[in-house]
Amino acid sequence: MAWFKRDKQGITTSTEEKLEVPDGVWWQCSSCKKTIPTGDLIENKYVCPQCNYHARINSNEYFNIIYDEGSVKKLFEDLEPKDFLGFVDLKPYKDRLAETKKKVNVSEALTVGSGKVNGHKLVTCCMNFNFIGGSMGSVVGERISRAIDYCIQKKYPLLVISKSGGARMMESAFSLMQMAKTSAKLTQLAKAKLPYISLMTDPTTGGVTASYAMLGDINIAEPNALIGFAGPRVIKETIKKDLPKGFQRSEFLLEHGFLDFIVDRKDLKQRLTDVIELLMHKNEK
Amino acid sequence: MTYLDFEKPIEELNEQLDKLRKIGEGGKVDMTSAVSEIEEKIQEAKRNIYNSLTGWQRVQLSRHPERPYTLFYISKICSRFIELHGDRNIADDHAMVGGIGEIDGMSVMFIGQQKGENTKQRQYRNFGMANPEGYRKALRLMKLAEKFEIPIVTLIDTPGAYPGLEAEERGQGEAIAKNLMEMTTLRVPVVCIIIGEGASGGALGIGIGDKVLMLENTWYSVISPESCSSILWHSWEYKETAADELKLTAENMHKFKLIDGIIPEPVGGAHTNADEMASVLKKEIVKHLTSLAKFTPEERIEKRIEKFSSMGVFND
Repeated sequence: MAWFKRDKQGITTSTEEKLEVPDGVWWQCSSCKKTIPTGDLIENKYVCPQCNYHARINSNEYFNIIYDEGSVKKLFEDLEPKDFLGFVDLKPYKDRLAETKKKVNVSEALTVGSGKVNGHKLVTCCMNFNFIGGSMGSVVGERISRAIDYCIQKKYPLLVISKSGGARMMESAFSLMQMAKTSAKLTQLAKAKLPYISLMTDPTTGGVTASYAMLGDINIAEPNALIGFAGPRVIKETIKKDLPKGFQRSEFLLEHGFLDFIVDRKDLKQRLTDVIELLMHKNEK
Repeated sequence: MTYLDFEKPIEELNEQLDKLRKIGEGGKVDMTSAVSEIEEKIQEAKRNIYNSLTGWQRVQLSRHPERPYTLFYISKICSRFIELHGDRNIADDHAMVGGIGEIDGMSVMFIGQQKGENTKQRQYRNFGMANPEGYRKALRLMKLAEKFEIPIVTLIDTPGAYPGLEAEERGQGEAIAKNLMEMTTLRVPVVCIIIGEGASGGALGIGIGDKVLMLENTWYSVISPESCSSILWHSWEYKETAADELKLTAENMHKFKLIDGIIPEPVGGAHTNADEMASVLKKEIVKHLTSLAKFTPEERIEKRIEKFSSMGVFND
């Protein structure tokens, strides 16, 4: 007979309330369960030193990892989401937005930063999973679109770090059209012959995968990230079979030809530097 | 004739009408006035029902089992048609069809999802859900059209891109993404028409055009109302509500400037008079292709990019 009884079964915390990045003193790896001091985790770029699990982090953390100290400035932060459709599911979208904004320290599901990586200029559009599941709505599309204009104007390369459940249902077809919008804008970046690096992190699914995430000149991913168009649950329900181990993970995508390489977070800055230097070469023309 | 749940009043009146006609045919009783009375009632019931269709009812009409599909329209619209097959890589996707047709002496590349008309055909067509090779076949045909300066018409009718194991292995996301980018810069005119279901990325994957049109009783959305209900309401029971909230009708899509026009259907839906629907569709296609031909490829591409780039609502 147990001393304590759990009165509510299972996990009751909603996805949006789950905190991946700890603010306590200790952090426990959700993969291997090892507990380490939070300071050590940050030192190790939010990667478990024991099992190499890459914890989910947001734009602020990524910017610290890739940009030279003090070089990054955020762009287009004034663009804010709008509940144009008056969408109501279990709660109104308007309330959802207000609550999310109070809870998280980012302004939307994607933040744009411009700064220097080992001295090289780079614009980064980084998705924030804790903002409504990193879902792509009008603001995400518009920020990417403006980041592309900015890159073309300044002749900077572009990095997009994807981490998203897909298009944001509460903006309906407007969200869907962000796939068209970002892909259309990328043709302009391509025409300007500026490099586009797409980094996929855990998870990258749905409309994000089916648009800008897969359109990089160079497609890369963090280890063991879930990357796919349809989610594993939907596929399982459709084919009525268990999915093979490692299905839709980075290593699976590399094996099937959809990634150029997998990069550990600790090597990310140097690999980005290499790619930028080699693509934006000084060969005689 | 298959009636949908909300068409019950019409079905009942039609049954009454049949009975009266049969009695009338017996010749003993004059039923003329009774018949015309019922006929009037039918017209009134139709007006009441079809003038105030909800989002979910449009979804039902778009999936009507007798609704005409892509190859039917092509056969009615074109004087000649050669179907082309295969993505030149791994397979021929039966859910995505395409080929070169002739309309009034003009060559046109047709591409579209194809659904089946009976159980066997539905399986063969994978219920109109294309695999990556379908999107790659579509792109191959578009590039072929571009090479020979043939305008492109896509007919969209899909419950979504196929969510299968092999589809993921072969890069469903990449295949759709590539089409979005490539279609943006096609040098020939592109007209995209939603003729049935316009579900999410699976529809958009052949949906980037100079003109994007919807038939009156179709839908276009980021997700199907059923899936939306299951994710946001944690239940399959809210599909009607989800359909309303998603604002997925042609009327809304046009109001939001996310599509360029609506093509009217015969009263009661395209299936009630498929031949008439096909002839309306043909006129629309010819009209748009003729007007798009007046621009240079560069002008069309610029406008296309401008149009899709301006989509979105936010506070600035």
